Amino acid sequence: MDLSYTETQDMLRDTLARFLADTYDFETRKKMIASPEGRDPGIWRALSAELGLTSAPFAEEYGGMGGGHLENLIMMEELGKVIAIEPWLQTVVIGGGALQAVGGAVASEVIPRIIAGDCVIAWAYAEPTGRYDLANVATTAKKDGAGYVLSGHKAVVYAAPWATHLLVTARTGGSQRERAGVDLFLVDARSTGITRRDYPTVDGFRASEIYFENVAVPAEALLPGGIDLIERIADEAAMAVCAEGTGIARKLLEGTVEYTKQRKQFGQPIGKFQALQHRMADMLVEAEQIASMTLMGTLKLGLPAVERKAAVSLAKAKVARSIKFVGQSAIQTHGGIGITMELAIGHYFKRATMIENQFGSADVHLDRYEALTLAA
Amino acid sequence: MDLEFSPEEIAFRDEVRTFITENYPEELRGKQDEGDELTKEDFLSWHRVLHKKGWVAPAWPVEYGGTGWTVTQRFIFSEETARADCIRLMPFGLTMVGPVIYTFGTPEQKAHFLPRILSGEDWWCQGYSEPGSGSDLASLRTKAVRDGDHYVVNGQKTWTTMAQHADWGFFLVRTDPDAKMQEGISFLLIDMKTPGIEVRPIITLGGEHEVNEVFLDNVKVPVENRVFEENKGWTCAKFLLAHERVGIAGVAASKRGIEKIKDIARTEIDGDKPLLANPFYRRKVAELEMDLTALEFTELRTLAGEAAGKGPGPESSVLKIKGSEIQQRLTELALEAAGHYGAPYFRGFGEGDNEHPIGPDWAHRTAPSYYNMRKTTIYGGSNEIQRNIIAKMVLGL
Repeated sequence: MDLSYTETQDMLRDTLARFLADTYDFETRKKMIASPEGRDPGIWRALSAELGLTSAPFAEEYGGMGGGHLENLIMMEELGKVIAIEPWLQTVVIGGGALQAVGGAVASEVIPRIIAGDCVIAWAYAEPTGRYDLANVATTAKKDGAGYVLSGHKAVVYAAPWATHLLVTARTGGSQRERAGVDLFLVDARSTGITRRDYPTVDGFRASEIYFENVAVPAEALLPGGIDLIERIADEAAMAVCAEGTGIARKLLEGTVEYTKQRKQFGQPIGKFQALQHRMADMLVEAEQIASMTLMGTLKLGLPAVERKAAVSLAKAKVARSIKFVGQSAIQTHGGIGITMELAIGHYFKRATMIENQFGSADVHLDRYEALTLAA
Repeated sequence: MDLEFSPEEIAFRDEVRTFITENYPEELRGKQDEGDELTKEDFLSWHRVLHKKGWVAPAWPVEYGGTGWTVTQRFIFSEETARADCIRLMPFGLTMVGPVIYTFGTPEQKAHFLPRILSGEDWWCQGYSEPGSGSDLASLRTKAVRDGDHYVVNGQKTWTTMAQHADWGFFLVRTDPDAKMQEGISFLLIDMKTPGIEVRPIITLGGEHEVNEVFLDNVKVPVENRVFEENKGWTCAKFLLAHERVGIAGVAASKRGIEKIKDIARTEIDGDKPLLANPFYRRKVAELEMDLTALEFTELRTLAGEAAGKGPGPESSVLKIKGSEIQQRLTELALEAAGHYGAPYFRGFGEGDNEHPIGPDWAHRTAPSYYNMRKTTIYGGSNEIQRNIIAKMVLGL
């Protein structure tokens, strides 16, 4: 057992942190979000083609640095510290993760393009009534000659307006909530029959409702693995947002502590008041636990499915609870200014709040944990 | 980074496991199974077994009798001892005054006291709190006045755990009444058999005699029994408190505790199903496992930092806060599982008593241990004091 980072991992973190410190201040982020595209593609180019960071979690056979989940943790944590709106989660963690899991020709073709910064992948898995059940899929993929025809409505697909590829869950068989018959497809985002309604999200990203109307895709579009693969991808994604949450929680705490050292009431900095000191101490306790659970869950992503799911669920449930506390406490401690758009703190809070439920709320994950490990 | 144990670590784990199976005192095991109160000899029996093996003080530097184990080996050792329901060794010598002596003591103090702590020859107690100085420890008033080659100590200490068995005590005393708070305090090692010391029991809510009041009336203490400089005892006190807070998390023991709760909740029937099938009870178990896992990995991260050369600092307050809360929640769940049989008040069976037990054999311990464990968020610096420490030392407020 060894819980220390390697020198390469430390360097990776420093490289990204330094780049973000130079390029990703709060005002710049605001301008990116307000721009028509809702992001600055130059940043993605810099992260990939220029700095080579997108290669970190990929195997060397694809031109990667040979890292894995821990590299994604490091990256997501640093991206979280600036509440970055880059499609790292969708493209590198989810898209790249699915391709690396599947391997073969499609992985050899697409992963090098992810590394080079040439593609953005969006994960179209949610549906209007599916909530967090990955098997609750009404979208269909009907066999048609050698290929498939996709039809259905996918909900709140983060990064879809920027995407070159869509990773879509669709039913090749079975009834709406059955585990069997759900499959994963990698689809060209400009395929005929796809329409989108694009919108901004409350946490600064862009997303879409996507309608598939008889979208013909070739046989190779199906990434074999079914629901087991989909669940694995979702677990990796859940741990990635936990890592993002680790960075966010640290900044929420740091920003709150700084603010209470400046802000004066009753003739002294409000950070001198014990009621607020204890709340901030509790924020630190929770932030540390977010970091601990993120590490725990990430290190267990490679275990057999039951152990992996139990670990990820415990981690995600804890992170959801703790980040809610840290976020709400940050706003409360700031007082009125905390609920305005003016300070960065509110924007960290907004993203933190979305992380709570993304890839499953605390209740969803505690349910899954109990079903797996606490049979009576 | 790697969570898996290496082949060497697995071999070590097996070695520890086998050692415990073959050497854990049988009489002690029997008393634990019956829920009997343990005597000084009971505590010392396991201590001596470990000492003989050279495993009694894993965290000490090798030159003073430590094992030289890696952080992982220490983790494995505490896991295995908890897993096998070994009693926890008394911390006052091994994890409190021992490290103070090898860090701040004179060569003579090290040579005399450290081997006796390791062997169990000296049983130690901690003279910190006073009736008027609890959380505000630095306001302590027990006075030591220099008189030639010794100090004369007068005052009163309280909450002195296991002082009824103690051969020696480490005491915080005021040596400069004019200095401000922390600055006039010294750290003295006092032979508990010195004339003028009186130990009176305090009985706590579970009915147990763990803690005491200690009265000191013109107690003569040789100057060579002062650790570190005169009036600089607070340095030792703070060092000791930070060490105390790490061990206080009790991760391995709480993990074992949850396993026991789950066994109970699978056996106890609630309606027509096991208690663990009750969704409300089960959710509390899941939440406890969740929080304990978070604590465990926080401790592992702290230990990894320690291995990289960072000593236990104010971050150990995080471990103390969460560890103590979890210990309490465990006792809440056990008491809840006991149902009606949480109420009967009796402590084990008398010698030769063949009466039928009242309720499940584990149930009579649940309420006393629930009451007893309220101490965990109070001792070692109350959890509110820990938050003050975090605010001041970590957050710079």
